[in-house]
Amino acid sequence: MTVVRTSVDAAAEDFAEYRDAMLTKLDELETEHAKAIEGGGEKYTERHRKRGKLLARERIELLIDEDSPFLELSPLAAWGSDYKVGASMVTGIGVVEGVECMIIASDPTVKGGSMNPWSVKKGFRAADIAAQNRLPTINLVESGGADLPTQKEIFIPGGRTFRDLTRASKERVPTVALVFGNSTAGGAYLPGMSDYVVMVKEQAKVFLGGPPLVKMATGEESDDESLGGAEMHARTSGLADYLAVDEEDAIRLGRSIIKRLNWNKQGPSPKPSYSEPRYDAEDLLGIVPTDLKVPFDPREVIARVVDGSDFDEFKPLYGSSLVTGWADIHGYPVGILANARGVLFSEESQKATQFIQLANQSDTPLLFLHNTTGYMVGKNYEQNGIIKHGAMMINAVSNSTVPHISVLMGASYGAGHYGMCGRAYDPRFLFAWPSAKSAVMGGQQLAGVLSIVARASAESRGQAYDEDQDAAMRAMVEGQIEAESVPTFLSGMLYDDGIIDPRDTRTVLGMSLSAIHNGPVEGARGYGVFRM
Amino acid sequence: MASFECEHGDPMINSVLVANRGEIARRVFRSCADAGIGTVAVYSDADADLPHTREADAAVRLPGNTPSETYLRGDRIIEAAHQAGADAIHPGYGFLSENADFAQAVQDAGLTWIGPPPAAIASMGSKVEAKRIMADAGVPVLSELDPAEITADQLPVLVKASAGGGGRGMRVVHELSALEDAVKAASAEAGSAFGDATVFCERYLPTGRHIEVQVLADEHGTIWAVGERECSIQRRHQKVIEEAPSPLVDDAMRQQLFDAARAAAKAIGYVGAGTVEFLATDSGEFFFLEMNTRLQVEHPVTECVTGVDLVGLQLRIAESDRLPPEPPPQDGHAIEVRLYAEDPAQDWQPQSGTIHALDVPRVAAEFRIPPRGGIRLDSGFEGGSVVGVHYDPMLAKVIAWAPTRGEAARALAAALAGSKIHGLVTNRDLLVTVLRHPAFLAGETDTAFFERHGLDTLSTPLADDRARQLSALAAALAAAAANRAQAKVLSGLPSGWRNVASQRQRKSYRVGEDTVDVDYRITRAGLDADGHDDVSLVTSTPGRVVLTVAGVRRTFDVARYGDQVYVDSPLGPVALRRLPRYTDPDAAVPAGSLLAPMPGSVLRVAVEQGATVQSGQPLLWLEAMKMEHQISAPADGVVAELPVSQGQQVDVGTVLAVVHAASES
Repeated sequence: MTVVRTSVDAAAEDFAEYRDAMLTKLDELETEHAKAIEGGGEKYTERHRKRGKLLARERIELLIDEDSPFLELSPLAAWGSDYKVGASMVTGIGVVEGVECMIIASDPTVKGGSMNPWSVKKGFRAADIAAQNRLPTINLVESGGADLPTQKEIFIPGGRTFRDLTRASKERVPTVALVFGNSTAGGAYLPGMSDYVVMVKEQAKVFLGGPPLVKMATGEESDDESLGGAEMHARTSGLADYLAVDEEDAIRLGRSIIKRLNWNKQGPSPKPSYSEPRYDAEDLLGIVPTDLKVPFDPREVIARVVDGSDFDEFKPLYGSSLVTGWADIHGYPVGILANARGVLFSEESQKATQFIQLANQSDTPLLFLHNTTGYMVGKNYEQNGIIKHGAMMINAVSNSTVPHISVLMGASYGAGHYGMCGRAYDPRFLFAWPSAKSAVMGGQQLAGVLSIVARASAESRGQAYDEDQDAAMRAMVEGQIEAESVPTFLSGMLYDDGIIDPRDTRTVLGMSLSAIHNGPVEGARGYGVFRM
Repeated sequence: MASFECEHGDPMINSVLVANRGEIARRVFRSCADAGIGTVAVYSDADADLPHTREADAAVRLPGNTPSETYLRGDRIIEAAHQAGADAIHPGYGFLSENADFAQAVQDAGLTWIGPPPAAIASMGSKVEAKRIMADAGVPVLSELDPAEITADQLPVLVKASAGGGGRGMRVVHELSALEDAVKAASAEAGSAFGDATVFCERYLPTGRHIEVQVLADEHGTIWAVGERECSIQRRHQKVIEEAPSPLVDDAMRQQLFDAARAAAKAIGYVGAGTVEFLATDSGEFFFLEMNTRLQVEHPVTECVTGVDLVGLQLRIAESDRLPPEPPPQDGHAIEVRLYAEDPAQDWQPQSGTIHALDVPRVAAEFRIPPRGGIRLDSGFEGGSVVGVHYDPMLAKVIAWAPTRGEAARALAAALAGSKIHGLVTNRDLLVTVLRHPAFLAGETDTAFFERHGLDTLSTPLADDRARQLSALAAALAAAAANRAQAKVLSGLPSGWRNVASQRQRKSYRVGEDTVDVDYRITRAGLDADGHDDVSLVTSTPGRVVLTVAGVRRTFDVARYGDQVYVDSPLGPVALRRLPRYTDPDAAVPAGSLLAPMPGSVLRVAVEQGATVQSGQPLLWLEAMKMEHQISAPADGVVAELPVSQGQQVDVGTVLAVVHAASES
């Protein structure tokens, strides 16, 4: 047992300042989350309720086990776009009859639950998570189909939705569709490709073509119920396996389906008992400095996240700008890589490479805690092979097969974002703290680089350099990069799986690790560990 | 306990069969065991798992369930005694205890009868005959009235079964026009319950006091009046609260009562334990009611205040021992309540089913005299026992003995209020309310107590609305803790955690006639529960929730049995039923369904399917616990379904009939 010692002083001035700043950001985050919860707004919510229907989140709450946690994913999808925050869809991991499931619910209060380009991306992300972690999927369907004005961005890539369902089934990961309303045209393949289908009487409507289209195509007179009603599908076409009398009944039936899956998690079980951290998670609010240039000790974070604050550091004396070591989170063993002083040098890169290989040897999942400004630049470093060493680390991350989770605590800039398993490196989950920022480099640096290049270009042409214009350009670029580095923006782009309250980090990681262990946890095979 | 030396002959009894069940069987076993006497139980099929069956040294099955198949089968019981090697039979109370033929048969079979001589039983068995004997012996009696000659100025009158007891076959008549029906009904009930349809009438004292004297007589002429009891608080002529001594009786009246009781016992050559019952007025006038030639249900209060082991002495008297010349004096005050599985608010409807828990706190003794100031419990049931439909639904007798009446009432009320009684509706709240009632504490305990103070008021639950709301909250939080503890995955994570919170958790409960929705969230900042702004959560486990309510810490104990939830706290016990999260449509009952309110059998059916009925029209009758329950049409309409037929056994909740209201059809 190696308990991390803390030097956090909750009474310090810095701490209070950082904490206030973090709380302000959390308030702002709550405001943005509220937009997602609001869905289509009061008017459409009211109309939906008047039809006696449940809201998407109410359906989910009723579906999951009582008092169980629910991890909503990508709640800010479409943030900063022309579409409603949340992208007319709710996705998340919830426990149904003791089985962790990927739950995907269309939000019918937003344009009838129709899919816009962001909804499609959010759905893909959910499907990826379900596939990578072997999570059974439950679709709560009530969608008007594609948002037709943007069909060009939806129609062709959107076909993946149905492909994913049947591929999940091939991998023996069950898929369940509970159809509460419209699921027509292409949407009909959602129940069509699912292992189990429940339809709500007098609500579900599942057909390829509705009465007007049928009339146009063949001249046949028809109606909704005979073309795609729940009764018809349950009694005649056989597309529905279960006929639910109402929404609650559909959810009840959905639960009973999951109960009978005989679902077994393939990964190892967590340790049956473990301790909570010795230090208060509240402190996490005051640890991250308001200015990301000021480094902080990630051990203070680790001490408030891992079981019993028990962390065994690996290679503590070497490459000390990156902390590596072993710990447990909610009983699951993890290897942790955390940036300590922002910059990654050759030593840190080699240390990371070795550590990632060791984790693969012992089938241990990896947690990356980001606060990096990137790999070191400069003559000495280039000459000493920083590119090679950075490449080693990126190679190790790319080809590691143990599950990875990334948490962006502070900076995540440049190739450091890659080396620390950024989004493109397929971490199973990636969450950001409200204090996080991610871009190719900091706004100030990027503006400065552009300025230097422009100045050199002007000089080479023998032109005078307009300082006023330079200042204006720098301010504009800096502003743009800053705006595009903030977590709400990145979350809106689906570049993370959600922004979390730092105090929830342990809980979010616990849920993520538990979800991950539905699949096998196996490290890469091939070579032995290369000593660095 | 004071000691009483009896003059001993050689012990005759080696093993006693108790021809009874439940608490009284256990009570007799206790005295037998103390004396080193072996015990034999008999049990019906329904009672095979009850404590009395298990506790005895030997137990013999009486096949069947109804009393007439089992505990009233004297022949089988005597055979059982032979089978199990018992040499004596104690009848307990009820069943065959006052059956002279049975007493005779026991003796004829060569067994010792622990009870009075058959002739004494017979002479008191007929109430008409008994009154005549008592009048002759100088005991004051209420004169018997001939039903045919009753005049309006003699009203009200009481119609009683001559062979009766326990309130059965009894009717009060206030109007002459009702007399004939009352006599018929009482006679029918008496016939069914006692096998003797004879009834008689006497003046009815609506506000009388029921006072009785415990007598003990040996074969050698010593007759004790051991003490008096007051049992005025009755429901349907059945005693509910009994105490010794009576708050009405002063020394002079006591002397008169004791003299009358001894005279009564002497007049019939009584031997053994018996009780002479009197009806007294507030002014101290009293009249002979009847003599019970057996041990009484309420004998423990006399034991407490006198230190006498009445069953122990019954055994010794049966062994022909001699009593000392004088009984011990009464000391302190004892009060007994009869805890029944019945719903006072629903016309005392008897309850049946599993009693999951029956835990009375601070019980100092069971079936014996507790240390002074202690609580005594005499119960035939324990947690997990099934209370059936065939017998009296009395769960337990709880007795307090204290130096004064007020102290005894307070201790008993506290013990009852703190009891964990789970599984069945009981009269507990009513008992506590009575024990704490100013009129009761002032000794104003006449037979009209419930009518005077209003059963509605008295049966109000101890837990007020706020207590019920808090108990529902505690039930929900305990359930949440249980859900977390039992979770197959993620059980170590915070309860109901959300990263994007849109709503609270909801659990709905049925509390009495009301539905209580508990909407709550447990956040980092603590409990956030709708309507409970002044409540914070201290701790919650599946069995216990500690809340701070408006600055005061309160502990709620929570027990769950399927969907039944019981929350016990000093704010009052609350029974809740968890409403399902989802309704299984197959389990839904059609609108207009009439459900069996209790298990029983269909006595008769008055209508046919398709019949047009008026609101209130009787459709069928159920018989349960020897009482008829009428099932009436809830509205004008048509009997759409009638799935039961005469003689059919039904469980509680069985659909008896479906009536479609006229407006629907």
